[in-house]
Amino acid sequence: MGDIAIRVEGIGKKYRIGKKERYKTLRDTLASTFAVPIQKAGKLLRGEGLGTAEGDEMIWALKDISFEVRRGEAIGVIGGNGAGKSTFLKILSRITEPTTGFADIYGRVGSLLEVGTGFHPELTGRENIYLNGAILGMKRGEIDRKFDEIVAFSEVERFIDTPVKHYSSGMYLRLAFAVAAHLEPEILLVDEVLAVGDAGFQKKCLGKMGSVAKEGRTVLLVSHNMGAITQLCETTVHLEKGRLKRVGPSGEVVSAYLSSSVGTDVKSSWFNNTSKPNHAEVRFDSARLLSIDEQPLSVVHFDSTFLIEIAYAITAPIRDLSISYKVYDTQGNLVFESMDTDMPEWKGRVREPGQYRSLCEMVPSFLKPGRYYVSLISFVEHVKIIETQQNVLSFDVSEVGYPLNPGRLGIVSPVLQWKVIG
Amino acid sequence: MEESVQVIRIERSQGWVALQLKELWAYRELLYFLIWRDVKVRYRQTALGVAWAIIQPVFTMIVFSLFFGRLAKMPSDGIPYPLFSYAALVPWTFFSHGLTLASNSLVGSANLIKKVYFPRLSVPIAAVTSGLIDFSIAFIVLLGMMLYYGIVPTLNVIWLPFLLLLTLMTSLGVSLWLSALNVQFRDVRYILPFLTQLWLFATPIAYPSSLLSEPWRTLYSINPMVGVVEGFRWALLGTKTAPGPMLIVSSLAALALLVGGAFYFRRLEKTFADVV
Repeated sequence: MGDIAIRVEGIGKKYRIGKKERYKTLRDTLASTFAVPIQKAGKLLRGEGLGTAEGDEMIWALKDISFEVRRGEAIGVIGGNGAGKSTFLKILSRITEPTTGFADIYGRVGSLLEVGTGFHPELTGRENIYLNGAILGMKRGEIDRKFDEIVAFSEVERFIDTPVKHYSSGMYLRLAFAVAAHLEPEILLVDEVLAVGDAGFQKKCLGKMGSVAKEGRTVLLVSHNMGAITQLCETTVHLEKGRLKRVGPSGEVVSAYLSSSVGTDVKSSWFNNTSKPNHAEVRFDSARLLSIDEQPLSVVHFDSTFLIEIAYAITAPIRDLSISYKVYDTQGNLVFESMDTDMPEWKGRVREPGQYRSLCEMVPSFLKPGRYYVSLISFVEHVKIIETQQNVLSFDVSEVGYPLNPGRLGIVSPVLQWKVIG
Repeated sequence: MEESVQVIRIERSQGWVALQLKELWAYRELLYFLIWRDVKVRYRQTALGVAWAIIQPVFTMIVFSLFFGRLAKMPSDGIPYPLFSYAALVPWTFFSHGLTLASNSLVGSANLIKKVYFPRLSVPIAAVTSGLIDFSIAFIVLLGMMLYYGIVPTLNVIWLPFLLLLTLMTSLGVSLWLSALNVQFRDVRYILPFLTQLWLFATPIAYPSSLLSEPWRTLYSINPMVGVVEGFRWALLGTKTAPGPMLIVSSLAALALLVGGAFYFRRLEKTFADVV
């Protein structure tokens, strides 16, 4: 066992979701009105709970989940809504029991399923720090020692003796996270708590989580924030509909997850299938999104370089031709346009008939995470537009490698170099 | 890092499970903070504050003295009727408040139960125990009344802590059953006022148990509050009803309630987070 922190073996969890139609006639309904309470009372006295009446529909929220987490490893858990992430975390936190399988946990566990659990509005900030700390499993002496640090981290020093019901929601969350951030178990289970507070505070929290992971503690992080997952976790588990879809290095799992989740509505390649012969001298054949080593892509990470490839055929010699594209965001804003004649060597040149490819290298760390649409235009400057293809491509920029605040204003979010001179 | 790594196995438990008192002890600081919270919060944002701890038993005592003492001429074992009933109302109020608070405590702590692991037993235990503050305040009033009537407690007063413990056990014992049931059936909320009212009259508060002859009196103390109430009067006011056999029966009944309740609670515990 030595270096194992968490071992999960065949974990499954079954939930009851309501009842099927059981009563068919009024007589049945009346009969069961009297019979059911008696049956229930009998069950209650035997302490059986009411879990499994016949006719109830059951659903497996989790099924056959097995993997291991090594000591000191940070592991991410991702998946769409209803994938079972929260249920899984609740099982590991011992809040609810699994229906099948087991998990072994080696070491002291602290779990953060939400921040501010047990905060009481009538109590002051100071009192809530102690209460919340105790609820999260901290010892009193431990809270005493970290008290000043927690208060400083929360930035609510002035109001520490005010009942938290008078706090703004931002202050409340900051205080709550400050307590949570100072929890120091050997194994930390975290759910989405990074998504609290204003953007500046979020960044502080991410930094804190990062340092926790670097201190050699085991961290299991459930999140929708792919950026945080890839930044903090070396390994990621992808759950889908309650089943384990993939485990592996975060970069790979996240990419696979993103490309599977964007589904079919992203068109990362386009082929011109209008069969009618084009009498113009230039005709677009295809356009694709490629990685830097020219592999097809559908998801682009914020911090990666990628290529937009436009293939076209020229049927007659043409001078001053520009092959260009425009990128629009989901609100329809034109983010930018670019053309191959931006390169001086192609200015004013004649292109002979034949097959061509124009490849544009997109700079990394520039487009905000989100979806984009690409239109193609071929034209001769000041003379004519030859062909336009609207929104032939679409792609997603993921949050992987996105270091800025989610709330950063502006259409693009370039990461620029700064020099501060004092 | 410590030498021995603590290993926790998470799996499905079946049927009756151990009480895990050791774990409850390990979480004693949380228990302390929960009690502390309940005490702190109890009278926040009330106009009369702590006075509520006295108002309820005192007014009940006044009503009982008027109707049972004056009008019905209820015997009171030679003790002035107001003192006779108030000495019973002090532990009774502790019991019935604890019962009401603790039975609703799990449902009231739903957000905790769904988000954090800790021994769930701490929740009703904290709710019942936090009533000790109110008890102490009401008890001081009782001492004042004894002074007023010139009644000196007997040496038996040394039994008082035990009697208090018995009250706590009874209150907690019943609460464990009801709070666990309340998670699945909010019916408990409607049963409670009804139950405490019936129980009030099934306990010799307005009347002395000396109205019953043996062996019925001892049998009567299967209701643990009978032992508690008569014990309080015996220890403080020196009533003649020898409570020995009554206390034994009451203690056994309270113990049975508590142990049964604790196992029942533990058995239903695994469903709390999913159902509450």
